[in-house]
Amino acid sequence: MSIKGKAYIMGAFEHPLRDAPDKTTPQLHAECARGALADAGLTKDDIDGYFCAGDAPGFGALSMIDYMGLKNVRHLDSTETGGSSYIVHVGHAAEAIAAGKCSVALITLAGRPRQARGAGGRGGGFGEPAPEAGFENIYGGSTHNTYGMCAMRHMYEYGTTSEQLAWIKVAASHHAQWNEHAFLRDVVTVEDVISSRMISDPLHLLDCCVVTDGGGALIVTSPEIARSLNRPKVRVMGAGEAPKGPRGGLDLDLTHSGAVWSGPKAFGEAGVTPADIKYASIYDSFTITVLMQIEDLGFCAKGEGGRFVSDGNLISGVGKLPFNTDGGGLCNNHPTNRGGITKVIEAVRQLRGEAHPKVQVPNCDLAIAHGTGGSLGTRHGSATVILEREA
Amino acid sequence: MSEASNDPMVRPIPAPVVNLETQAFWDAAREGRFLIKRCVDCGKAHWYPRAICPYCASGETVWEESPGEGAIYTYSVMRRSQTGPYAIGYVTLDEGPAVLTNFLGVPPDALSIGLRVKVRFQDTDGGPPVPVFAPI
Repeated sequence: MSIKGKAYIMGAFEHPLRDAPDKTTPQLHAECARGALADAGLTKDDIDGYFCAGDAPGFGALSMIDYMGLKNVRHLDSTETGGSSYIVHVGHAAEAIAAGKCSVALITLAGRPRQARGAGGRGGGFGEPAPEAGFENIYGGSTHNTYGMCAMRHMYEYGTTSEQLAWIKVAASHHAQWNEHAFLRDVVTVEDVISSRMISDPLHLLDCCVVTDGGGALIVTSPEIARSLNRPKVRVMGAGEAPKGPRGGLDLDLTHSGAVWSGPKAFGEAGVTPADIKYASIYDSFTITVLMQIEDLGFCAKGEGGRFVSDGNLISGVGKLPFNTDGGGLCNNHPTNRGGITKVIEAVRQLRGEAHPKVQVPNCDLAIAHGTGGSLGTRHGSATVILEREA
Repeated sequence: MSEASNDPMVRPIPAPVVNLETQAFWDAAREGRFLIKRCVDCGKAHWYPRAICPYCASGETVWEESPGEGAIYTYSVMRRSQTGPYAIGYVTLDEGPAVLTNFLGVPPDALSIGLRVKVRFQDTDGGPPVPVFAPI
């Protein structure tokens, strides 16, 4: 069974706040849900499927379903793969809809890392330490230095440079200047990036994403419901997901991500190739995240990512692969340290023709949203969706 | 076996989580011995140590003392730290598996991929000593 064409993203909402001292996390989830429902033209009681991940407080889906008063839920899923969870959820929602388990699925993400630093939440497990804890958690690993290890190895194997990585931030900043909600709106140069202070070699401050409060929500529906709504129809064409980790330590490989598996599954299901893609939302926790995933998804050969992203090739209207036209996690928003849902939201805007006019890709009928959750330097979950505008 | 506190690359390390699967590793660490796990059935060594082989799912895994020598696979020097810069990275042991660790006894600028290193043990805050690596 394939999910191709069997579900539609009909509602999308990105919370406008980036700093939310006066709201609770459940409140932010609910505000995002209301925004996505209003966007779709549906109401709370239409929701019969609910999807959330480790950022959902308390008992996760059970707490949030009760808090929001969702009384018709007959399918729920709290798959947790870190920041990519919400891209996984789009695929799972499409599967559930295709199987008749629900017809209006709500996906929410929200949180307030700026108010309680480090409280991003990793979900699950009921307090039992991770099996690797005794041998990994003691060494001061963080997102910065574990992604730094990937960048260091990529430079070693392929000759990638800090200047090439900087181009990714430069492109994101060119897009963010048009986004009134973006956390960082100033256009930066390659020199600005490589002269910013070193955080964890070889990643500089401006190689890192922003830390923001806020959230987002999506509504995924059956074809029948989609036809009844007065919004452009964004069809889910393919989805793939893949876990990757050190796998016992033999043949450790930090220069490839799970995108080498999730990407072909999604492209294959959709029946398209990277060359067909008009717009790409690519997870951007760090510049190296983007570079590795662009290679692994097949937009260029492995090791060629540095050259591919240079000279504005990711800037809308300038380069061949317009990416993260909202400014992405690098400049716009990385709510509760999880950038997956905003990747889908900007892809939906592009396919609807509702991106900012300065960054809207002409005739944008096919897009990819791809994410990585956890850490590329230890263990992570990759997720890919291919989305198409229905003519 | 504890590290000299005047090495600027030494960072305080908390007590590791010890459980039934790994108790023998930590008991050996207290004696300055570095153990890895190897599968009797498929013959492969793995890291971190588990009761069940991650390669063939056999329950026949045994402890093996290792010289703890290998080469740096990758590293990063964390500058955003309240206790000063420290180096984290992976060492590919001569037995095969890669080990996540900290590097000591080497200034940040002297670290490089491929550098030969050997295990040492660093005291922790209230727990057994943990493996760290320094240039041979």
